[in-house]
Amino acid sequence: MPIGPRRLVVGAHYGLRDWIVQRGTAVVLVIYLVLLAVMVAAARPIDYDAWASIFVPIGMKIATLIAFVSLAYHAWIGMRDIWMDYVRPTGIRLVLQLATILWLAGCLVWAVQILWKV
Amino acid sequence: MSERRIIRNISIGDLARYKLPVPGVLSILHRISGALMFLVLPLLLWLFDLSLRSELGFGHLRSLAANALVRLVLVGLAWALLHHLCAGVRYLTLDLDLGVERQAARRSAWIAFAVSGLLSAWAALAIFGVL
Repeated sequence: MPIGPRRLVVGAHYGLRDWIVQRGTAVVLVIYLVLLAVMVAAARPIDYDAWASIFVPIGMKIATLIAFVSLAYHAWIGMRDIWMDYVRPTGIRLVLQLATILWLAGCLVWAVQILWKV
Repeated sequence: MSERRIIRNISIGDLARYKLPVPGVLSILHRISGALMFLVLPLLLWLFDLSLRSELGFGHLRSLAANALVRLVLVGLAWALLHHLCAGVRYLTLDLDLGVERQAARRSAWIAFAVSGLLSAWAALAIFGVL
C-alpha cells in the first residue's frame, strides 16, 4: 500500500478524519458528563421534579442532544473499527456496519423524542 | 534485558500461554466495555425515558432498581462507563505524546485501572444504597 510521500491521491480520507472525530467526540462526552454530574450533585436530593427540571431548559436540551450526536458518531467509529478488525468477509462486514448505523440512528431519534417530551 | 520468547503469528493454542501486558488488558477491556455500552444503548434509553416520562415512571424505575439483580447490572454498566472513560482519557494523553515510553505507559495503565476501580466501587456503594 503506497503511503507516506508516495501515497496515491484517491480522494479517500485514510481514516484521519474519523480518528480526529473520535477524539473530539470523546472530549465532548467527558465535558458533558462532568456538567451533568455537577448539575445532579447540585439538585440533590434527586426526586422526579429535581431530575426532570435538569432537562427542561432549552440550553440543557441542546447540550444533551449534542452529547447524544457525539455518542452516536463516537460509537459508530468504534464499532466500525471492531468490525474491520474481526470480520473479514466483505458482505458480512457491510451488513454489520449498516446494522450499526441503523441501530445508532434509531437510538438518536428516540433520544430526541425523550428529551423534547420533558 | 531479560530473555523474552519471541512470538510471531501466534496460533489459537498459544493464546493460553500468552501474557498480555497491562496496557493490553486495559485496551481490550476498553473495547469490550465500549461494545457492551453500544449493545445496551436502547436499554439505557428506555431507562432514561422512564425516568423523565412522569412521576409514576420515576417511581417505577425506583422500584425496579430495588431488585438486587437489577442493581448488579447497573453496577456492571457503571463499571463499563467508568473503565471506558478512564482508559479513554489515558489514550487522549498518549495522543499528545505524553507517557509513551513503556514504563510510563504501564504505570498510566495501572493508574487508569486504579481510578476506574475506585470510582466503580463508589458507584456500587451508591447503587446498593450504602452511601
